Amino acid sequence: MAKAGEKSSSSWKKSLKRKAAAEEIQEAAGAGDGATESGVQPPKAAAFPPGFSISEIKNKQRRHLMFTRWKQQQRKEKLAAKKKLKKEREALGDKAPPKPVPKTIDNQRVYDETTVDPNDEEVAYDESTDEFASYFNKQTSPKILITTSDRPHGRTVRLCEQLSTVIPNSHVYYRRGLALKKIIPQCIAREFTDLIVINEDRKTPNGLILSHLPNGPTAHFKMSSVRLRKEIKRRGKDPTEHIPEIILNNFTTRLGHSIGRMFASLFPHNPQFIGRQVATFHNQRDYIFFRFHRYIFRSEKKVGIQELGPRFTIKLRSLQKGTFDSKYGEYEWVHKVCAYCFKKLIFKVWDKRVGGERASGIANGCWA
Amino acid sequence: MATAAARWNHVWVGTETGILKGVNLQRKQAANFTAGGQPRREEAVSALCWGTGGETQILVGCADRTVKHFSTEDGIFQGQRHCPGGEGIFRGLAQTDGTLITCVDSGILRVWCDNDKNTSSDPLLELRVGPGVCRMRQDPAHPHVVATGGKENALKMWDLQGSEEPVFRAKNVRNDWLDLRVPIWDQDIQFLPGSQKLVTCTGYHQVRVYDPASPQRRPVLETTYGEYPLTAMTLTPGGNSVIVGNTHGQLAEIDLRQGRLLGCLKGLAGSVRGLQCHPSKPLLASCGLDRVLRIHRIQNPRGLEHKDEPQEPQEPSKVPLEDTETDELWASLEAAAKRKLSDLEQTQGALQTRRRKKKRPGSTSP
Repeated sequence: MAKAGEKSSSSWKKSLKRKAAAEEIQEAAGAGDGATESGVQPPKAAAFPPGFSISEIKNKQRRHLMFTRWKQQQRKEKLAAKKKLKKEREALGDKAPPKPVPKTIDNQRVYDETTVDPNDEEVAYDESTDEFASYFNKQTSPKILITTSDRPHGRTVRLCEQLSTVIPNSHVYYRRGLALKKIIPQCIAREFTDLIVINEDRKTPNGLILSHLPNGPTAHFKMSSVRLRKEIKRRGKDPTEHIPEIILNNFTTRLGHSIGRMFASLFPHNPQFIGRQVATFHNQRDYIFFRFHRYIFRSEKKVGIQELGPRFTIKLRSLQKGTFDSKYGEYEWVHKVCAYCFKKLIFKVWDKRVGGERASGIANGCWA
Repeated sequence: MATAAARWNHVWVGTETGILKGVNLQRKQAANFTAGGQPRREEAVSALCWGTGGETQILVGCADRTVKHFSTEDGIFQGQRHCPGGEGIFRGLAQTDGTLITCVDSGILRVWCDNDKNTSSDPLLELRVGPGVCRMRQDPAHPHVVATGGKENALKMWDLQGSEEPVFRAKNVRNDWLDLRVPIWDQDIQFLPGSQKLVTCTGYHQVRVYDPASPQRRPVLETTYGEYPLTAMTLTPGGNSVIVGNTHGQLAEIDLRQGRLLGCLKGLAGSVRGLQCHPSKPLLASCGLDRVLRIHRIQNPRGLEHKDEPQEPQEPSKVPLEDTETDELWASLEAAAKRKLSDLEQTQGALQTRRRKKKRPGSTSP
């Protein structure tokens, strides 16, 4: 105690450290007369028994002190090593070896074998005759029905309204507890081409079912991070009635192609560039981010964008062949989680990517 | 190219765009064969079976009601035959004694004379099996005996040389615990070797064994698996169990002696459309709507052997693995399989199996 009082001149912690170190020396050495020496001498390299780790110190304060001291030492060593490396590089000049590429999650990804080769004829034939062929041959134009699960709350209702302003030729209907299997034949009779059902749980939308109508595939997504218009900062005014352009990013695998075509078939063919509005579906690591922007070209290379419209993130849970029939339908793809290969699964789940012409910015992005 | 390649294909797969693919597992290549040169969706393959006379000819039943003959020796389509009558796609194809047996969705089962000279359009025999047929299967031991079953169409066994009435007509199980009628939906049928028994898997996730030799017309054994319709089934080499697949891509091996689940196989992400086991080796080929052909090892250890991505909607049927290869080929295949093709291989512990698997040397992931 008296010692502590004496050393209060310099930084208190340092002195405490010294004291702690001194105490350690005392313990280790077993000397009995640290009283005079401890205050004067700087801490020696403590003679700990081999195999001693800081975590074995029972006293929390002292343990913490030892740890912070160790960390500071590590940091110093690291800085010194960095400086040394930098000096060496400068000294070598041009002959220096290239800088090593940092390891990122994306770098560690295993190549997905299902990535589609743009020249693949089988896939091209398959796509030219699948359920979306009539849309891509410009024989049908989309008419969308948007509805929710039963008894939706405010957020979901507002999301549906905002979605209907984003997707042209779409109609919002209240669900009224009807079964989807009964709604679908009626939609087909009224010539709807797609059905969107927004599922809600605990007053927030959390799921999306997208069903292409005559007999097309049904995709079930999990939805998260829903932001309505008023929650978006620095947003522009409400979207106009112009048909937006579409950007589909990173839908490269075969599954990605199917999903990308599904999204594309929601929007009419002829984007009205006067409206300068664009809807983006960006796929990254199996999460699809939906954004709706208005852009303006300030010069040839500079674009200004304003985010309008709702924003959400979706992830595919299953793709079912045929219209909605979760019990007896046949699934083309089901998301499966392997309980014990989590890490690898992150890389191996079908990453839906498309031959990326997409760069940053939204210049001229239209899905032709 | 075609000749040599065609002969060494181990697995034949039919697709929805009408292409017949032969997969060479040793070289890990797939070869496409089309009748017309271009894929056509109207020729979607709906049934495949081996022709008589060893495994040299494949009969391909297409959606436009033609049956094409494909020679594996030459690698070309040799001829085709139009089989009209009834509606729907082929649900079963079989060949015996120079005759061709076809069954379509609406329940018309016809026997055609299959000689090259006599391709008349009149069937030799026509039977009405009942609407909604999902499968017709020929008994490999008695080629003139076929079994049919479908949605609300109970299992029936027919003797084509006998009378027009079925030899065995299955009866539905008793009403369930709510006293409601249990619906019938037989999706796949297999004949068990060595006895007269039949196994069916249903769209209501049941697996049933019937014994025509016993006076009981109801199933002798019934088990359930999962909660989704079972779409495909195949017998294992041992003869005591079957492997079934459902619309979610789950594969399971079920023992027929006790009706127990032996284990599951992982990997498929889409509905299983075709399953076929090797006649003697514990290998299973599976294909489904996720457009991938997989070869699984059924035991010791259970895992994925090989994965092939043909980039095509994989529809149904697979034809049995050829048995003409020598053992060296298979040995080299197994050696090749030790190289990790994907991380789906070599599962340490498949669910619900009691067999403790030894990890093969050299198979740990890098």
